[in-house]
Amino acid sequence: MAVSNSDNRPLSPHLTIYRPQMTSISSIFVRITGNALLAATLLMVWWFLAAATSLGAFELASSVITSWFGNVVMILSLWALWYHTLGGLRHLIWDTGRGLELRAAERMGWMMIIGSLVLTALTIFYFLLGA
Amino acid sequence: MAFLTDRKRADGMGAAKTGTASFWWMTVSSVALLLLVPIFIFTAGPMIGEDYTTVTAYFSRPFPAIVALLTFSVGLLHFKNGVTVLIEDYVQGLARKIWIIVMTCVSYAAIATIVFAIARIAL
Repeated sequence: MAVSNSDNRPLSPHLTIYRPQMTSISSIFVRITGNALLAATLLMVWWFLAAATSLGAFELASSVITSWFGNVVMILSLWALWYHTLGGLRHLIWDTGRGLELRAAERMGWMMIIGSLVLTALTIFYFLLGA
Repeated sequence: MAFLTDRKRADGMGAAKTGTASFWWMTVSSVALLLLVPIFIFTAGPMIGEDYTTVTAYFSRPFPAIVALLTFSVGLLHFKNGVTVLIEDYVQGLARKIWIIVMTCVSYAAIATIVFAIARIAL
């Protein structure tokens, strides 16, 4: 048998060596947004549980969610939710065999970024209009 | 009596022995969430910052309550599968198993909490 040379073999090029591309960055952000949404989800679960518990518990949860820190988390999460939704839509389109050409994939990446920002702005505008 | 050959039993199942089950489940739940998430944002969203009486009265109504229940439960099951792939990609060995178990428990605990909370508000 040949002597094991597993420590000296060249590694395949990885993240650090590639120039960032629209396809890779837009994909990584789908993963980041999807997993980061756990924070806002647990905040909202706490808010619902507090509403089911008592007035005092609800006012504490509500004051945390509507504090400046809560507002930052909720607005970032609103964007994350729209971005991840559009990212999921892109995967569903890809699953039909469409949009896999580089140009089309890159165009959908831009549509996810611009679309998520527009939808976030529209949603906040809608909330402010109601308040 | 087993009529399936070994080849037939293994075919298409991959190293995890579950085939494309996880992939298909993520497809099904993502289509459901594509509908649920926008409805949830525009029904539950305006309630954030409202007072106790308004919020509890609003989620006593069937439509907002059912939308919130579905969005959280389907969303958290979708999260459970997604975070499992994330952990499998970046964590090895015992830590991988522990993280997957912890995140699975967190997901189910959050689902149980939201079911309890909305049921208590609505009923």
